[in-house]
Amino acid sequence: MSNQEVKNKIKTEEYFVNMGPQHPAAHGVLRLLLTIDGEIIKNVEPDLGYIHRSIEKMCERDSYQQIVHLTDRMDYLSSNINNEAVCLTVEKALELEVSDRVKVIRTIISELTRLASHQLWWGVMGMDLGALTTYFYAFRDREMINDIFEETCGARLTMNYNVPGGLMFDIHPNFVQRTKDFIAHFKTKLPEYDRLLTGNVIFEKRTKGVGILTKEDAISFGVSGPVARGSGFASDVRKHHPYSAYDRVDFKEILFTEGDTYSRYQVRMAEMWESMSIIEQLIDNIPEGNIQETTKAVIKLPKGEFYQRVETARGELGVYINSDGNKNPYRVKFRSPGFSNLSVLNHISKGVKIADLVATMASFDFVIPDIDR
Amino acid sequence: MKNEDLQNIINGFGTDLEFSTEASEFLNVIVPKEQLHSVCSQLKSNPDLKFNYAFCITGMDWGKELGVIYHLESTELKHQLVVKVMTDDRENPTLDSVHDIWQTADFHELEVYDFFGIKFNNHPKLRRLFLTPDWDGFPLRKDYVDEANMIVK
Repeated sequence: MSNQEVKNKIKTEEYFVNMGPQHPAAHGVLRLLLTIDGEIIKNVEPDLGYIHRSIEKMCERDSYQQIVHLTDRMDYLSSNINNEAVCLTVEKALELEVSDRVKVIRTIISELTRLASHQLWWGVMGMDLGALTTYFYAFRDREMINDIFEETCGARLTMNYNVPGGLMFDIHPNFVQRTKDFIAHFKTKLPEYDRLLTGNVIFEKRTKGVGILTKEDAISFGVSGPVARGSGFASDVRKHHPYSAYDRVDFKEILFTEGDTYSRYQVRMAEMWESMSIIEQLIDNIPEGNIQETTKAVIKLPKGEFYQRVETARGELGVYINSDGNKNPYRVKFRSPGFSNLSVLNHISKGVKIADLVATMASFDFVIPDIDR
Repeated sequence: MKNEDLQNIINGFGTDLEFSTEASEFLNVIVPKEQLHSVCSQLKSNPDLKFNYAFCITGMDWGKELGVIYHLESTELKHQLVVKVMTDDRENPTLDSVHDIWQTADFHELEVYDFFGIKFNNHPKLRRLFLTPDWDGFPLRKDYVDEANMIVK
């Protein structure tokens, strides 16, 4: 009997499988309802809310200084960038100009955050595809960044270093030297990452041509960040709507056009080099200046709507604040990159195998609290 | 494109469109809810506008009205626009879905339905996305009360 005859004789039927909420490849409590036929995926329906804390509602209760603390817990791997986004929105509303020193330090720490996040992503992406070694390599180097954060901000992950009007306190005296040491160290280690995973035959077979997202779909689904840039959609907020010190540094927006899992991988690998270049351009000449502008103890924003876009490690984060003039915002909305990126998952996963869905999800780099907020 | 030019083009898309740039960095346009879908599809298809990227869709409770705010951008022509639509029916608020224009609206409308209870006509599968299907009420509305889980100052 030929293969085709066998296929015609065997009857299959579709059935449901729960992937998550406790699935190791989801890196958090994400539940996907899969409709599958054999091993082929017919439909992916995300079911969210397992870690939803209603941060937007809590913001309506809190003062503007307090909101900053909550945003740490959204995308905890981009915590400093989230803090920065809220502070920039409040400063925009108050028409408060922070000093150059604050802008430069914010940019350096945000880029370090991006590096730490991409390192973690690289480690777990390898792990999702069955290569456990990557995890240890990544954590060895990420530890150095966390130590820098700990020294300067007092915390390793949820740093809460930004306040509306500037920074909580000045950088630690060791900050500049340790950052330089880290860059010098990581420049020798990043090629090691490539040697370990990038050219690996198994890795390429698992990722090339898998989970293809076209540029048109990326724009229509509101996809942003490295996922969008892997499909050729130039969406880097740092480039197109510069904030903090991004207008005074020279860096490339990394674009790949294939749109598959492998190109998303390449975007992040190249972005790590760009982040290091940004830090190098700034670290030697941090200008002198005020570390914090004086704000009133009770910040009241003028009546109106304020919007700020920033680029987190995952993509575009938008902070929308609607103020009615009181000390609490009337409405806050966080446009999180993960939520929009997740919406395209069903579209690009139809007809692929479950193992390919795992590879695709790894390249999307989901942080579930960022989706749930 | 400058806001005045945007306003001149968009003004021809419908009747009773209200424009404002007050207290916002973007040009705001309030669209009557009956015209939402036709205005939005023209915003995307018009060759001078090409608003193809809906970068933020926000549900809103203005106290009396419920509604949605769409932040739009053209990735090619680099201009931005904010579209607002509202309904004063709080018992059974219904708006048209725009998921066939910007596919990202599919998910964001689910979020708006979940937290504000706005139903969207022609949405492919309107359901509770974050909350459980038997959840009572819509938490982000201003008149939502939950004495057990909310700290009210």
